[in-house]
Amino acid sequence: MALAFDEFGRPFIILKEQEQKSRLRGLDAQKSNISAGKAVARILRTSLGPKGMDKMLQSPDGDVTITNDGATILEQMDVDNQIAKLMVELSRSQDYEIGDGTTGVVVLAGALLEKAERLLERGIHPIRIAEGYEMASRIAVEHLERVANKFEFDDTNLEPLIQTCMTTLSSKIVNRCKRSLAEIAVKAVLAVADLERKDVNLDLIKVEGKVGGKLEDTELIYGIVVDKDMSHPQMPKQIEDAKIAILTCPFEPPKPKTKHKVDIDTVEKFQTLRLQEQKYFDDMVQKCKDVGATLVICQWGFDDEANHLLMHRNLPAVRWVGGVELELIAIATGGRIVPRFQELSTEKLGKAGMVREKSFGTTKDRMLYIEHCANSRAVTIFIRGGNKMIIEETKRSLHDALCVARNLIRNKSIVYGGGSAEIACSIAVEAAADRYPGVEQYAIRAFGDALEAIPMALAENSGLQPIETLSAVKAQQIKDNNPHFGIDCNDVGTNDMREQNVFETLIGKQQQLLLATQVVKMILKIDDVISPSEY
Amino acid sequence: IDRIFKDEASEEKGERARMASFVGAMAIADLVKTTLGPKGMDKILQSTGRGREVTVTNDGATILKSLHIDNPAAKVLVDISKVQDDEVGDGTTSVVVLAGELLREAEKLVATKIHPMTIISGFRMAAECARNALSQKVVDNKTDAEKFRSDLMNIAMTTLSSKILSQDKEHFAKLAVDAVMRLKGSTNLESIQIIKKPGGSLMDSFLDEGFILDKKIGIGQPKRIENAKILVANTAMDTDKVKIYGARVRVDSMARVAQIETAEKEKMREKVQKIIGHGINCFVNRQLIYNFPEELFADAGILAIEHADFDGIERLALVTGGEIASTFDNPESVKLGHCDLIEEIMIGEDKLIHFSGVAMGQACTIVLRGASHHVLDEAERSLHDALCVLSQTVNDSRVLLGGGWPEMVMAKEVDELAKRTPGKKSLAIEAFSRALLAIPTIIADNAGLDSAELVSQLRAEHQKEGCTAGIDVISGSVGDMAERGICEAFKVKQAVLLSATEAAEMILRVDEIITCAPRRREDRM
Repeated sequence: MALAFDEFGRPFIILKEQEQKSRLRGLDAQKSNISAGKAVARILRTSLGPKGMDKMLQSPDGDVTITNDGATILEQMDVDNQIAKLMVELSRSQDYEIGDGTTGVVVLAGALLEKAERLLERGIHPIRIAEGYEMASRIAVEHLERVANKFEFDDTNLEPLIQTCMTTLSSKIVNRCKRSLAEIAVKAVLAVADLERKDVNLDLIKVEGKVGGKLEDTELIYGIVVDKDMSHPQMPKQIEDAKIAILTCPFEPPKPKTKHKVDIDTVEKFQTLRLQEQKYFDDMVQKCKDVGATLVICQWGFDDEANHLLMHRNLPAVRWVGGVELELIAIATGGRIVPRFQELSTEKLGKAGMVREKSFGTTKDRMLYIEHCANSRAVTIFIRGGNKMIIEETKRSLHDALCVARNLIRNKSIVYGGGSAEIACSIAVEAAADRYPGVEQYAIRAFGDALEAIPMALAENSGLQPIETLSAVKAQQIKDNNPHFGIDCNDVGTNDMREQNVFETLIGKQQQLLLATQVVKMILKIDDVISPSEY
Repeated sequence: IDRIFKDEASEEKGERARMASFVGAMAIADLVKTTLGPKGMDKILQSTGRGREVTVTNDGATILKSLHIDNPAAKVLVDISKVQDDEVGDGTTSVVVLAGELLREAEKLVATKIHPMTIISGFRMAAECARNALSQKVVDNKTDAEKFRSDLMNIAMTTLSSKILSQDKEHFAKLAVDAVMRLKGSTNLESIQIIKKPGGSLMDSFLDEGFILDKKIGIGQPKRIENAKILVANTAMDTDKVKIYGARVRVDSMARVAQIETAEKEKMREKVQKIIGHGINCFVNRQLIYNFPEELFADAGILAIEHADFDGIERLALVTGGEIASTFDNPESVKLGHCDLIEEIMIGEDKLIHFSGVAMGQACTIVLRGASHHVLDEAERSLHDALCVLSQTVNDSRVLLGGGWPEMVMAKEVDELAKRTPGKKSLAIEAFSRALLAIPTIIADNAGLDSAELVSQLRAEHQKEGCTAGIDVISGSVGDMAERGICEAFKVKQAVLLSATEAAEMILRVDEIITCAPRRREDRM
């Protein structure tokens, strides 16, 4: 191990407590890293595509998650290996950036690592491999631009958008009602989209779930749904043309931040204090009433007395509303969040056409619907489903669909799915490889091979003969010079993805290639792993 | 290969994972299987807590809720039974059994090398077809009040017949129907209060049209008030604390202490005076009432009830039409509750306060009597099931026959579909119909009947158009369900069908189970 000697032949220490650390270096380090990365990719491989299987994950506390969303699987897998953690990061960044394709990016990285291993065995230096990959990814990304199609949609013709979202949803458990969910996702995104600036703020779309009912009952609400009820059971359950005061101060006696003491030593003081207190509550309610509010939404709790006063003055109120929801309500109703009672004024009130309380099932669950808001820019997707896991999975699937719709609004370019884009890139990369002199040529060719891993996995998961199918499609692409041929996962009968209406976004695909290449480069560059050994 | 997971975490793949989830799910289904149907048996559940408390039940949701399960697939089944309980209240056992049977059939198909996705798409088609078959056969008597009521009675009796209350099912069905009819279409079961008092027999249970509060009347206060004006409040009646933060009492002599004490008392007296000023003769508070104000109330001849729990308060406010008050400065605008008579009544050995002639007729109280706590608890659960089903039926008045009839109808339609469908899917569709047939089989088995004989007879019977035959467990033969008045709510059956299929689908889609290392907990024992 790392042992060095000075000029007098005495050893000196480079690594502290090195006996207790395990160390891998050189080719061994790369091999072990690659095998860890491959192991992670192997787990996700079977989840790819419309016929992909789900994974069941049991958390440390025993909760069960069933999903085939790559990011979620990796997030909850609780990995210990550092390289495996890098792969987790990889899918997470794809999730943050694009929101979809989280499984594909990991599978691709796994394939790249696998090919790199072969090249390492042949004695090619890891940095050369990394550089070759880099060049290849550039070729592939450029080629993607070439095969990409612009596609047009507007407010009247949403069909293309819906089709794209359906591609995303078809690999999830919710594919039973993918049509309606895709429509919901597209409408939600369009409702909040700023088509001028091509920007979509997904924060304005709230996804709420409630166990019970069927998946088909899932609905889009142009407004906000809050999982709260009126603070007093006898307040009105329905308010029309509500003027909403949005408060972040409690209906409670003030609690100054500075330390203070009120000393009571005489009867008079005791009595004045009491009067003060009563007046304080009265003032608070009166202020809300004075500015013309007909509904109070508060982030904090209410004192019993204040609660009754509110009820008494016929001012319905909702308490303990979370900060995020409060903001959404403020955006939707066009109101301002008011931190102090003194600052309440009429123009700061939010407006909503209808606020109502709705109850569900046989339990006492109630939710508050705020609809017909002044600013319709905030929407809620309300998911119903047979059990908690279905709802959670639907939330994740809808998130993916929303992201896809958003990406399309940002950038209207699409590529065709079903592995067709990967095959096209693979052909392009392999053709380009021969033009590069030097060792990199091999790495570029390996990259082309690795790209085939995705259509291969798709075919395998769909129960087709992977090699046969892939080679047939590839030959077809070259013969017809048409990059739209892919794997026919759903057994529709045609290989042309244009006819099957299977799209993916261009930026999503490009991001996948770039991110996977980056991570593989990073892993290849590691030649020394020092870790504390088992304790 | 290096380990990727943390220590103690485990990973199961492919066949093994599928096996693990099938086995887990089927084990759960087998566990509750014997409780299905009118002759189903009960289970004893003993808690691991200090009291080693014992529950005797045959309610599927209750059994599954109290199990400690480690198998993730089994947890999915527990979850669907819980949702079934929350959503429709009954059919909690059937849903688990059906999901288990579906998985049992799926396992056989997987063993013959059929891809799970093919099975799923077959199941989906079958479930859709079964649902359509059911919705075509429903009877809706919403318009005919007389018939609707008899439907409700039949549903209640069918639900109760599988429970401990089956001996007196007619009595309880009547109780439940009366209670639900009073709700006038709302599904808010909160306004039906169930009070359990050990002693007497189950037959002594009764429905009271008024409201019963399980509290005692303060000493020295009137025991009977006619034409009562009730103020329902939620306010501190001990010492009224100063709520301003940081306030404290600091005095320098005993005399001062005495003064402040008097002031405090004065304050309380004032508050009581204000309350009395509302012109009431009954005061119900959610919080404690100390001796001093209680004495003041007694002096004024006002009935004061302390420490009514939150539900009690809300319900009382609801039935008497008063509002829950916390401030007392404006007596003229506070809405008071009214009732004709408040009196103390005795049930068994306990004294309860009975409010009769209340303003709003929606709420009512069911008093359950029975030999022991276990019996009462089980009776409450059974009655809850019946109430849930009834209140759902009031909203969605579509009704089906019971006794395995709906399953036979669905199985027949699904079989037809299988014959029409080309491809491997048809095998899955066939399997679905077999799973549906398992339910009447289990019902017959649990009753100790020759299930194979009965189910095949039933199947032959169902080939006729408009057949109403089902298994009559009491006489042990195939009988006319319409005649015997065995009914089930459409909503329950539909929820059973859909959730069971959904759960089976979910488990089938899994090809890998990753279990994280359990979180280390400090030993609290």
